[in-house]
Amino acid sequence: MSTETPVPTPASQPVLRAENLHRSLGEGESRVHVLRGINLQLKPAMTYSVAGPSGCGKSTMLYLLGLLDRQDKGQIWIRGELMSDASDAERTAARSRHIGFVFQFHFLLPEFSAAENVMLPMKKLGARSPEEMRSRAEYLLGLVGLGAKADRLATHLSGGEQQRVAIARSLANDPALLLADEPTGNLDVANSNMVFDLLQRLTRETGQAILMVTHNPELAERTDARLRMQDGQFVV
Amino acid sequence: MLMSLAGIVFGVGFFIVTQAQTSGFEKFYIDTIIGADSPIRIEDRFQLPGVAIKGAGGEGEETDFYTKTDSNRKYTRGIEYPNKLRAAVEDFSDVTAVSEVLQGDARAISSFSEELANVLGIRIKDHLQVTDIQNQIKWGSIDNFRFNPSSVLLSIGLAERLQLQIGDYMLFEYAGETRRYKVVGIFETGISQIDKSRVFMQLGEARALFKKPFGQAFFQIGVRNVEQAGLLAERLEEALNHNVVPWQERERSWLQVFSVLRISSAITVSTIILISGLGMFNTLAMLVMEKTREIAILRSIGYTRQDISRIFLWQGVLVLIAGTVCGWAFGAGVTLAISKLPIKIRGIFTADSFVVNWDINHYIWAAVVAGITVMIASYIPARRAAALEPGTIIRGTSI
Ligand SMILES: Nc1ncnc2c1ncn2[C@@H]1O[C@H](COP(=O)(O)OP(=O)(O)OP(=O)(O)O)[C@@H](O)[C@H]1O
Ligand SMILES: [Mg+2]
Repeated sequence: MSTETPVPTPASQPVLRAENLHRSLGEGESRVHVLRGINLQLKPAMTYSVAGPSGCGKSTMLYLLGLLDRQDKGQIWIRGELMSDASDAERTAARSRHIGFVFQFHFLLPEFSAAENVMLPMKKLGARSPEEMRSRAEYLLGLVGLGAKADRLATHLSGGEQQRVAIARSLANDPALLLADEPTGNLDVANSNMVFDLLQRLTRETGQAILMVTHNPELAERTDARLRMQDGQFVV
Repeated sequence: MLMSLAGIVFGVGFFIVTQAQTSGFEKFYIDTIIGADSPIRIEDRFQLPGVAIKGAGGEGEETDFYTKTDSNRKYTRGIEYPNKLRAAVEDFSDVTAVSEVLQGDARAISSFSEELANVLGIRIKDHLQVTDIQNQIKWGSIDNFRFNPSSVLLSIGLAERLQLQIGDYMLFEYAGETRRYKVVGIFETGISQIDKSRVFMQLGEARALFKKPFGQAFFQIGVRNVEQAGLLAERLEEALNHNVVPWQERERSWLQVFSVLRISSAITVSTIILISGLGMFNTLAMLVMEKTREIAILRSIGYTRQDISRIFLWQGVLVLIAGTVCGWAFGAGVTLAISKLPIKIRGIFTADSFVVNWDINHYIWAAVVAGITVMIASYIPARRAAALEPGTIIRGTSI
């Protein structure tokens, strides 16, 4: 893995490229062919939205692209490096450096405060001093409107607040690629718009590529590219 | 976790306490027997042709001519050429002193009764250096013995049975001839076998009593390092062509009893630690199952398998450290308390309270046993945690 900090990659090189991804889930009789040949390119400084009926495989795809799961077939390159068949250690390092992930269901560590949750990825990457990590966590929580609740325990936050903490955490290491599974699912209109505006601004400022699954047509309308998924494939 | 911690504290504590006791009594027994009979005895001469005693200054003369038998060594009774042998023994730097002893059984007679006595003829100056007789004297004085050839030191049991006190006179009878002695000292070794029959008299007197003007004696040897007596004995035996018996060999049967006791108590007590290890394994395995979600999150934001297993191993290490340190303190406390317990032991040694041995090795071994147990108990769950695939878990819990 390269040790460079995530600076905007040349427009010619996609942040992520996936070719012919296949994935089946379940065992034996109940085995389902969920993903049936996904082809995808995500360019820096672009926002992408994915929509599609429930159960069509959106989350499954996101786990593959986020290197959290292994495909049955196909390849994934992150910033030009083949990651689909790399070792667990390399994939883990790539997650740490290049990928921010927002789960469909906000996943925070309940024993930790909001700020500590945001600091976790920074601690692992080890590029910042404790003071820098703390101030960056406060800054990111401020961006999602939670500056005042940095020291609240994760379990003492509302669902929407937890989701915003998860978004702040996904941005902790300035990832080149942000994968978000319905990041605004639990948010009211005002907060949805705030989060979306924030993500779009970051894309412009830092050249991040953002792929988000959303059922909200208004938000989808505002992304640079809209993808539709059906039965494990993109449809036009 | 708290139960496991308590188990480790008790396990480590009891391990230390039982080891302190068993090894305490063992050490005390060893001190007693060495104090009574010196670390090494040089007894009978091998009958081997062509091998001479390596004297200090010159070479020994060969007098015996026997055919050499490999399977069955023959001995001539007692040491030969005591002066030459003494010089040769004293050449060994690990030898501190040599005492020549002539032993025989004679009838001890007081005005009250008669007993069979085991008489040791010694030179007190030498014997003081190879045994602890100085401290075994309960009444009377060694000086009186030193300067009066017709005086004896009587063991406490014998003195009681003959109803003799310091200053009394008594007779020894051997082969129909009787000699008269004054009791100038009464001693107690702690070993009841010795304390009911042993008598010390001057070597010259013993030779006269038993009509053995020379030969037939044995040597008792003082050594610099008691633990190394076995090795030294081997070297002595090889060089001197005499049968050399270290205390380890002389008291083998009792020493074996002690070491079996020590080992079996170590094993018994280790099971406490082992069971707490099982409990801990259980707790950690449950913890891993409860925390799969958190593990998946950490993995998704860049934490490696090693990071995850380290978290769970760390739990084990914390329990281990806390358990071992508390167990040490507990063990030391109980050991101290036990050493104050009164108990009356008579027989192979004499003690009036529990004898304990403070040995850092007991603490180290207790920690080693606890360490191995805890590390295995936490390693397996930690590995299982590390092996979890983040995708699988997140998909499973996102319902
Ligand atoms: N462990 C599993 N075994 C078998 N099938 C599974 C398993 N997990 C998910 N599936 C199936 O895979 C398909 C894709 O699931 P996925 O979660 O990717 O859907 P989705 O597009 O994210 O849906 P939603 O919009 O509801 O989140 C679904 O039909 C689901 O039933
Ligand atoms: Mg989904």
